[in-house]
Amino acid sequence: MSAASKAFAWTSENEAVAQKHIAKYPEGKQQSAVMPLLDLAQRQNGGHVTQEIMEYIGKYLDMPPIRVQEVATFYSMYNHKPIGKHHVQVCGTTPCWLRGSDDIMSACKKRLGITKGQTTEDGMFTLSEVECAGACVNAPVVAIDDDYYEDLSPESVVDILDKLAKGDAVKPGPQVDRQTSAPVGGATTLKGDKEGDA
Amino acid sequence: MLADKDRIFTNLYGDESADIDAAMKRGDWQGTKDFIAKGQDWIIEQIKESGLRGRGGAGFPTGLKWSFMPKESDGRPSYLVVNADEGEPGTCKDRDMMRHDPHKLIEGCLIAGFAMRAVAAYIYIRGEFFREAEALEKAIEEARAKGFLGKNACGSGYDFDVFVHRGAGAYICGEETALIESLEGKKGQPRLKPPFPANVGVWGCPTTVNNVESIAVVPTILRRGASWFAGLGRPNNTGTKVFCISGHVNNPCNVEEEMGIPLKELIEKHAGGVRGGWDNLLAVIPGGSSVPVLPKEICDTVLMDFDSLRDVQSGLGTAAIIVMDKSTDIVKAIARLSEFYKHESCGQCTPCREGTGWMWRVMERLVEGRADKSEIDTLLDVTKQIEGHTICALGDAAAWPIQGLMRHFRDEVEARIDAYQAKAAE
Repeated sequence: MSAASKAFAWTSENEAVAQKHIAKYPEGKQQSAVMPLLDLAQRQNGGHVTQEIMEYIGKYLDMPPIRVQEVATFYSMYNHKPIGKHHVQVCGTTPCWLRGSDDIMSACKKRLGITKGQTTEDGMFTLSEVECAGACVNAPVVAIDDDYYEDLSPESVVDILDKLAKGDAVKPGPQVDRQTSAPVGGATTLKGDKEGDA
Repeated sequence: MLADKDRIFTNLYGDESADIDAAMKRGDWQGTKDFIAKGQDWIIEQIKESGLRGRGGAGFPTGLKWSFMPKESDGRPSYLVVNADEGEPGTCKDRDMMRHDPHKLIEGCLIAGFAMRAVAAYIYIRGEFFREAEALEKAIEEARAKGFLGKNACGSGYDFDVFVHRGAGAYICGEETALIESLEGKKGQPRLKPPFPANVGVWGCPTTVNNVESIAVVPTILRRGASWFAGLGRPNNTGTKVFCISGHVNNPCNVEEEMGIPLKELIEKHAGGVRGGWDNLLAVIPGGSSVPVLPKEICDTVLMDFDSLRDVQSGLGTAAIIVMDKSTDIVKAIARLSEFYKHESCGQCTPCREGTGWMWRVMERLVEGRADKSEIDTLLDVTKQIEGHTICALGDAAAWPIQGLMRHFRDEVEARIDAYQAKAAE
């Protein structure tokens, strides 16, 4: 192993996770695990991948480092520079835009004192705009780390950011009185007769 | 309106637990072994008879697609790949199926996988759906623990397993050959066809890629019978469909309804109507961002199915309905979609890589009116040069929203240019 790749190595726990990912794919097709391993390494490294990590994964999967780099730079969820403790990703595509995502973005910018692509000085938050998050009937939507916060208002998103800044618990999902993707006010279907289809 | 007893996704909203015991009480994993015992041909015939068409957007007959898979192996294994890379703007139905009703999808994987003689299924889920991927992993573990997956799955004598593969943020991976490339650990750039995936798919092996909903409805179709499913909707447009209603409605929601329901009825019954009333409607994008927008006069009467929407030069797509009321800047709404396609172009084909950016920049000027009217025809000409001239359909998908805008709202675009020029002349 070169000196460069010694700086990063799986923790023993992540070594087991990495092996579990590789085992999902047919023998000799371990390259298929490059995406889950980049994600795993990014998490272990505190939120971004480095040249060393890409080279390490290349060796680990017996694939040329350039192929790892191609993957790591093609997909938007791999970060190539440090990000904040919380990654605030505001969806701005048309279904969210129709429901006020511009106001959500403005509220986030104002609360955090940064603009898109920046990280707060205390390293707590990075702000991004993302393309369609795929939760359009709960628009506007913001993904923070691994969770979706839905049916937001400028006030409710600021409240979430305040709580995260203080380390308080936050509740993902709809921020209004609503059961997941059912209409506000209650479902119009599936209200009683729920017999199985057997 | 569809009766609750004819709804497939009885836990769409997650009112009940998604775990295997609750799923079995809802009817999942009942008689699975018996369906497998009837053989591959019987299953494919049932799906053909049901009239099921692919729920991911293209609407290709599902049973026919399965029949393209080799009946005898030449030494290569076959694979089922489930497209759970849900990201077509407006669309969020597969998410609910995976987080609230995952066993329907997993049982469907076993039955469909057996029918196409696959050794395993890979569910490719978009990376942002982290919790949904967790829900799938949990459901797969539960199914394995009960012997429903793995060696001798469900006691059928057939060995089959299901795996989850998370994406990492690329809309293009919803295109089936890009998805296959991504599953192989590469950039998600679409492949030329032929060869088609049924001949050369993932790892060079025969592969069928199906949408989540197409697979998740399969067990219920077999339990209720092909004629039950075929009896819902209209000929060639059968069954139930989960619709996503977003935008300017009073109560945005997902809802399972009968195929062919009138758009107006769907919005008024389930989504609380258009904000400000039906007469405040400006336009609807009826099938996810890629399909052309429809003005109110067409929305008044159009039915929500493949053929009805094709007849009005739009499409059912993913059945994601984006509603826009009269307060909407329709030019900006479409321009934002142009920005989306520019962002998501994989960069492989020149017409798409260069064209999506070019179209977006012109659209941004049209939002202001800072353009010459002749540029509208130039823009339309460019959409025609992109459409059909790229490896995959992303180029088409970027072209169609603009074509739809100019077909129905050209007056608005021209009025904006007039207003801009009048102001500039002052």
